[in-house]
Amino acid sequence: MSNISRAFDHGKAFIPFITCGDPSLDVTAETVRAMERAGADLIELGIPFSDPTAEGATIMNANLRALAAGTTTDKVFDMVRELRKTVKVPMVFMTYANVLFSYGSERFIAKSAEIGMDGFIIPDVPFEEREEFLPLCRKYGLDLISMIAPTSDARAETIAREAQGFLYCVSSLGVTGARSTISTDIAASIARVKKVSGIPCAIGFGISNAEQAAEMARYADGVIIGSAIVSLCEKYGEDAPKYIEKFVRSVKTAISKV
Amino acid sequence: MSKGRFGIHGGQYIPETLMNAVSEVEAAYMKYKDDPDFLRELDELYRNYAGRPSLLYYAERMTRDLGGAKIYLKREDLNHTGAHKINNVLGQMLLAKRMGKTRVIAETGAGQHGVATATVAAMMGMECEVFMGREDCERQALNVYRMKLLGAKVHPVDTGTKTLKDAVSETFREWTRRIDDTHYVLGSVMGPHPFPTMVRDFQAVISREIKQQLAEREGRLPDAVIACVGGGSNAIGAFYHFIEDKSVRLIGCEAAGRGIDTFETAATISTGRLGIFHGMKSYFCQDEYGQIAPVYSISAGLDYPGIGPEHAALHDSGRAEYVPVTDEEAVTAFEYLSRTEGIIPAIESAHAVSYACKLAPTMPRNSIIVVNISGRGDKDVAAIARYRGESLYE
Repeated sequence: MSNISRAFDHGKAFIPFITCGDPSLDVTAETVRAMERAGADLIELGIPFSDPTAEGATIMNANLRALAAGTTTDKVFDMVRELRKTVKVPMVFMTYANVLFSYGSERFIAKSAEIGMDGFIIPDVPFEEREEFLPLCRKYGLDLISMIAPTSDARAETIAREAQGFLYCVSSLGVTGARSTISTDIAASIARVKKVSGIPCAIGFGISNAEQAAEMARYADGVIIGSAIVSLCEKYGEDAPKYIEKFVRSVKTAISKV
Repeated sequence: MSKGRFGIHGGQYIPETLMNAVSEVEAAYMKYKDDPDFLRELDELYRNYAGRPSLLYYAERMTRDLGGAKIYLKREDLNHTGAHKINNVLGQMLLAKRMGKTRVIAETGAGQHGVATATVAAMMGMECEVFMGREDCERQALNVYRMKLLGAKVHPVDTGTKTLKDAVSETFREWTRRIDDTHYVLGSVMGPHPFPTMVRDFQAVISREIKQQLAEREGRLPDAVIACVGGGSNAIGAFYHFIEDKSVRLIGCEAAGRGIDTFETAATISTGRLGIFHGMKSYFCQDEYGQIAPVYSISAGLDYPGIGPEHAALHDSGRAEYVPVTDEEAVTAFEYLSRTEGIIPAIESAHAVSYACKLAPTMPRNSIIVVNISGRGDKDVAAIARYRGESLYE
C-alpha cells in the first residue's frame, strides 16, 4: 500500500492542485509548504504541458504562463527533491501522457520515485491505455491514479476494481474550471464503485469554494480543487502562497465538519 | 495493446469522460460499415450529392512539359464543396444520424472540413458548430462566411497558436461538455480509435476509383501515387487500395513551411518524433520535454504538428515515403498547374503537385504518376497574391 492511502486517514481528504512554475517554481515550492501547513492531505503538482486538452481556460493559461517562465520537467524534479527534505504530505504529479513519454517513460517514473513522489494523474491515459505506464509505476512503487466520470456507467466498476491509491471522480461533464453549480451526477457512479471496491473516492472538476467542497464531501472521501487555487496564483502572483494557505485551511475546515 | 493500433501507433489516449462516447462511435461504425442499406445510402450521396466518382484526368500538357512519367490528376477538387473532405463528412454524418445525434461539431484548419460539415449538416437538418483557429479565420475569411451562410456557428479559437491544433483541442473540450446529442466529425485520419480507421475507410473511395479508372484507361497500376499530408486523410484515401500493390510507390508530401532546417515548418516525419497527443501515439513536432511545437505552413490545412497513426506506421515499415515541400515550392506549383492545365489546386494539393514536377522527369515515359488534387484553390487565391506581393484582399 502506498503513501497515498495515508491521505485519507484524517477524515475527508482535501487535495489541492497547483500548476508548477506559475508564476515561478520558487512560489510553487512556497505554496506547497503553505498547503501542507494548512492541512492539505495530498497535493497534486501539475507539470505544465503546451496543450492540456482536459483543462479549462484557467489551468490552460497557467500552463502556458509556466512554460513561458521557463519551467521544464527537470526543473520541477529539482524543486520536488528540495521540497522533500521537509515536506511529508503525499504528492502526485498531474500531467499529460506526452510529458512522461517524451522524457522516456521509465526515466520519468524512476526519477519521480527517487525524488519522493507518490503517484501520477494522467488525464489522457484512460483505463484502456493504462499499460503504457502501469507496469513501470508498479516497478517503481508509484500509484497510477484512475479516473471515472459521470459518463463512465458500467466502466466505473471495472476501473475501480483495479484502481490504486484513490479514485479520481470527475464531478460533471466538461473540462476543469469553476462552475457556479455542480451536478451530483457522479454520486451514482461513486455508489457503484463503493459496492465493488474499498478504494477512497475523491471528487474534482468545478469545485471552487468551501461550501461546494463541503457539499461534494458528502458523496466522497475527498475533494480536489484546482482552478480556484490556480486563479489565486494568477491574481496574487508572488503573494499567492499566503492567500492559498488561507483558502486551503478554510476548505479543510469545511469538509472536516461533513 | 489497446484498440486501433497501426504498428506501435494509434490507440485511444483520451479523457475518461469521452471513452464511452468514442466506444459508442466505434460500435456504431462496426455495425454499419458493412451494412448494405448504409452503404447504399452513402453511395447514393456520393453520386448525387458529392458528384462522385471524381474524374481521373490525364494532364497531357504537364506530362509533355516535364518530359517523363505520364501524369494523371485525381480530381477531388471537383467534389461538391471543393475538396475530398466531403467523402468523410457524408460517411460520419450518416453514421451520426443512425446514432440518433442531432448536433455535430468539427474542427477546421483551411476551412474545407468545416465547410463540408456545415454543408452536410444543412442538407441533413442537423445543428452544426465549427471550431477554427483565430489566425485561420483571418487567413480563410471566405470559408468562415461560407460556413455561416450554411447555417453553422463558427467559434474562433484563441488558445495556443490559434491554428488547427488548437481547434482540435477545443473541439475535444466541447465534446466533453456535451456528448449526449453531439457527434464530433473529426476531419482527418487522426485522433483516438476509431477515427483513423473510420475516416480512412470513408476516404478510401479515392484509391478505389483511381484503381478502376486507371485500369480502364491504361490497363495497369500506377507507378507512384502522390498526395499532400497534414493529418493525412486525402493521402491515406489515395494510398489505401494500393498498399498491397508493392510496385506502387506511395509518396506523402509534408508542409516544410520555410524549410525543415527552420522552426517555421510543419513537416512531422522530417522533424518530429514519437509522442502521444490528441488521442493517438504517432509522430509529433515537439521540443525535448514533449511540449508540442508551434508549427507553420502557408497552407492552413497542413499546419498541424502531428500525422495520422497509419501514416506513421507506413513510414516505419518503409511502405510509404514522406518528403518535405516548402511554401515557395508549393506556391510555384500552384501557379504552374493553373497555367499549364487550367486547374487551380488548393495550396495543400500544390505540395503534391510540386513533388510530382520533381519526380516525373526522373521516370521513364511509359511510367504513370497519379497526383491527388485534394481540393480546389479558389480559397487560396488572395493569400497567394499576397505571398507574391500583391495587396489583394477578399
